[in-house]
Amino acid sequence: MNPFMFVSDVSRQAVDVDRLFYLLTGISILVVGLVAGLVIFFGIRYRQGSSAPRRTLPRIFKNEIEIGWVSATAFLFFFIFWWAAATQLQALNAPPKTLDIHVVAKQWMWHAQQPNGIREINEIHAPINTPVRLVMTSQDVIHSMFLPALRIKQDVLPGRYTYLWFTAQKAGTYHLLCAEFCGTEHSRMTGRIVLMTQPDYARWTETGAPTQGLAAQGEKLFRSLGCSGCHGPNASVHAPDLNRLYGHPVHLSDGRVVTADEAYLRDSILQPRHDIVAGFNPLMPSFRGVVSEEDLVSLIAYLKSLSTKNVLNQQGERQ
Amino acid sequence: MSDAHSLLHEPWPSLERQREGATFGLWLFLATEILFFSGLFLGYTLYRNIYPDAFKIAARETEVVFGTVNTAILMTSSLTMAVASRSATRGFRKMTLLCLALTITLGCAFLLCKGIEYHDDIDNRLVPGPDFKLQPPETQIFWAFYWVMTGIHAIHVTVGIGIVTTVTMLIARRRIPLATTAVEAMALYWHFVDIIWIFLLPLLYLMGRS
Amino acid sequence: MTDITIDRFPDTKTGESYLDEGHSLASWLTTTDHKRIAILYALSITAFFFIGGAAIGLVRLELLEPNGLFLTDEEYNRLFTMHGIIMVWFFLVPSIPTTFGNFLLPMMIGAKDVAFPRLNLMSWYLFVIGAIFTIVMIVAGGVDTGWTFYTPLSTLYANGNVIAAAVGVFVTGFSSIATGINFIATTHMLRAPGMTWTRLPLFVWSIYAVSVVMILATPVLAMSLLLVVVERWFGVPIFNPNNGGDPLLFQHLFWFYSHPAVYIMILPAMGVISEVFACFARRKVFGYTAMIYSLMGIAVVGFMVWGHHMFVAGQSPYANLVFSFLSFVVAVPSAIKVFNWVATLYGGQIVFKAPMLYAMGFLGLFTVGGLTGLFLASVPIDIHVTDTYFVIAHFHFIMVGGSVSAFFAALHFWWPKITGRLYPDYWARFGAITMFLGFNATFLPQFVMGYEGMPRRYHVYPEQFQVYHVISTAGTVLLAVAYILPLLYLGWSLFYGNRSNRNPWHAAGLEWETTSPPPKDNFERPPVVTGGPYAYGEDSEPQAHTA
Repeated sequence: MNPFMFVSDVSRQAVDVDRLFYLLTGISILVVGLVAGLVIFFGIRYRQGSSAPRRTLPRIFKNEIEIGWVSATAFLFFFIFWWAAATQLQALNAPPKTLDIHVVAKQWMWHAQQPNGIREINEIHAPINTPVRLVMTSQDVIHSMFLPALRIKQDVLPGRYTYLWFTAQKAGTYHLLCAEFCGTEHSRMTGRIVLMTQPDYARWTETGAPTQGLAAQGEKLFRSLGCSGCHGPNASVHAPDLNRLYGHPVHLSDGRVVTADEAYLRDSILQPRHDIVAGFNPLMPSFRGVVSEEDLVSLIAYLKSLSTKNVLNQQGERQ
Repeated sequence: MSDAHSLLHEPWPSLERQREGATFGLWLFLATEILFFSGLFLGYTLYRNIYPDAFKIAARETEVVFGTVNTAILMTSSLTMAVASRSATRGFRKMTLLCLALTITLGCAFLLCKGIEYHDDIDNRLVPGPDFKLQPPETQIFWAFYWVMTGIHAIHVTVGIGIVTTVTMLIARRRIPLATTAVEAMALYWHFVDIIWIFLLPLLYLMGRS
Repeated sequence: MTDITIDRFPDTKTGESYLDEGHSLASWLTTTDHKRIAILYALSITAFFFIGGAAIGLVRLELLEPNGLFLTDEEYNRLFTMHGIIMVWFFLVPSIPTTFGNFLLPMMIGAKDVAFPRLNLMSWYLFVIGAIFTIVMIVAGGVDTGWTFYTPLSTLYANGNVIAAAVGVFVTGFSSIATGINFIATTHMLRAPGMTWTRLPLFVWSIYAVSVVMILATPVLAMSLLLVVVERWFGVPIFNPNNGGDPLLFQHLFWFYSHPAVYIMILPAMGVISEVFACFARRKVFGYTAMIYSLMGIAVVGFMVWGHHMFVAGQSPYANLVFSFLSFVVAVPSAIKVFNWVATLYGGQIVFKAPMLYAMGFLGLFTVGGLTGLFLASVPIDIHVTDTYFVIAHFHFIMVGGSVSAFFAALHFWWPKITGRLYPDYWARFGAITMFLGFNATFLPQFVMGYEGMPRRYHVYPEQFQVYHVISTAGTVLLAVAYILPLLYLGWSLFYGNRSNRNPWHAAGLEWETTSPPPKDNFERPPVVTGGPYAYGEDSEPQAHTA
């Protein structure tokens, strides 16, 4: 494997980052050269006792020099800022349809779940030429998902979801590292990301597929935890309908309208009293401490599969 | 020892300059104190915004009677402190000592009151931890802030009492002159601690009761 | 021509120097003389500098092999944490302000002492109490959170002595605050007649700026560490995510202090460099007013850029953009200072004595450190290189290449004034060059491996990086030589060095107008100031002509 490189063409984002990086390196070398050159030149020319004439600049000219390099530096810096900000904004939002891989970090391993339920440890398989989104959370301390070949990194926090997305364009095996110090075996919390062509990925998912997809596992949990008792079709309790919930706007009792994304679903399971859906009573108990992060991943995958518009349920196994 | 001689310390050219310097230094110190507390206020505000309901549930459990009584006590002590400071500069020795003594007494009364309140809180299982009384779990955050904020404030009051007592004793025994800058500086500190309380009262006691 | 000018007939003694005011240990431990307190600080931070250096020496040795040589994961983590905590809070933050600031600030403004001499002594004792906590923490086994104490690792999971470490830093913080208050009050209230604000040397301005940052930022650190201690000790949930706590709150509070802390470390260094450049180029500092504005600009804008430590932490991407922009803004005044120092050389009579070599080393390394700061201010690049060796290299260029070089420049520049002795310039210049080379050998490879993707705080690492680690460790050896060398020749000079006259460098500035070492009250007569600083005009005598 060729995990490290000075120039990466694994994704468009990586190419953009490299371009910016080498532009800045070029500018820096110029500036260091200028400063060092001037220091050496002045050092020789105006060394003590040399015969070079020492002229003093008129005061007005001094001010002009000062104003000159203030504005030159400011202009240069703002130009770099503009370039960097533009690059960042381009990479800001994932495309609407992504392949979602759930990642749970814990001391000291990465635990990933593919949409079809394949579990992986310290390894993530993903297709190229497909927008892939990592939906990540931590069970304990703060970790950080670092994919150097893709030039991306995102901290993974306990108690909330963070996201990292990429569209790779070159297959290969690259490093996957934890970048935020997370305790004793921090430096051993490493693994690899395997980027495959779409047919290879399809073949891999078929051979490795467990008997149950992620959503199906979630459906089982949904029954065993008793969620279906209230949210099911025949429930006597007045509870919000979960069909076609994911990705759709939800009206809350305090007048806010939020979009039901992973974070919302997670919060609603763990802190049901926080965002009450308009027209319902706050009856639901909290499942904090009852469901693990992995269970949450399955549950959310199931809830997502109930939303027919989601591309993912093609990968899931819901009838 | 003559007054003027014992009052002027080494680097200062004149007494007046020295007094200015001491006050200036104390204001700088109070600026750092404000930033010290601002970390707490920031955390409180953040969590109150994230968990408004839990904070309301939690805040109902604070004992507003104690809060109110303590506010009255501290406000009165600020008054006696201000009178002491003014009397000291005018040279009213007895008045200064009386007011300082009153300030110390009121400070102690505040701590006593706070102690009883803490005792009640502990009895009511309001210390965050495994057998904390309230639900949801976010209510524990409010109480964490309650204990930290009032605790740090109480430490400030205790330090204040210590300083005021020391200075009062020294003045009473004529070890330092009445016109010392210490009284003025001490008064500034005392008022500052009172003002912190004025912020704590609505945040911790009055919230969720309207 | 290259030898230091030695006055064979030192000034007639008008009074005893501050060093002769008492030779007992008690006379030192109860002193309120700012000069003696400066010496106390200097001894304490030197000890910590070498403890922190030893810790990182072990770490660098360990990194020679991808799978380590002789340490366990746990020991490795504790060593780099110890290095961070000690170097940041027990060396860099107090370094220049508490030693040279303490010694020189009153002299440069023509005062007898700082505004509150007893507070000054108390702040040293606070420093010592904090230091004792830290030493106890180390002896008891150390702490493994990194110097950043991120929650919930520090509050719930780490198994080291987090409380002792945090309390040590907490107490030391109050020492910083006391020092800051003292310096601000001194600068405002005790300037000699005629010493207007625009006649202050830039070193005084830098100490003033740094004091402002100290008193405004340090309390926030104190509070955040206090909350960590409370949560860890009493189990009271403040950052605990299981109770809905926000893990990022701590980072915001921490970096609100710790980014300005970077300026606490570098601003006094900028002051030193201005003094040294002016003296050895025999020139007025170019753009004196611009230098003051940029110092104060850095101090103010420095409070608004903490978010650039958190680009990948999960804060809003739009907040990232704002912090990115402000980080570019704060880089402008730093760049201005570099240009002004270079311009100071124009038309000078440059003498390459040891302090000047250290200062020129500063200039080069600080420029590289500042420019790589632009990389980190650019969000997309920062996302890739944050938490890698690139960041380590960047901040070492600023803090070690910058602040420590400046510390050595100051040490060599004011050594004759402080001790009354001259050191062998040859060895000092050798030390300066070794330090520059050793530093670059240590940290330049770290930029490269950082961009390749070598994360920081890694005990074991992929083999691809071994070559860079080996070069870096080799550089560390050079660096260690460069740090130990001054101990030898400066120590030697204390006993055998020639006595210095008042002003061995023919420098401008009030501190040079009194004897070396100065008397207890600094000046024989209270000085009256009639002109601006850096009176190195055409008529001023270049140094060599006076030998």
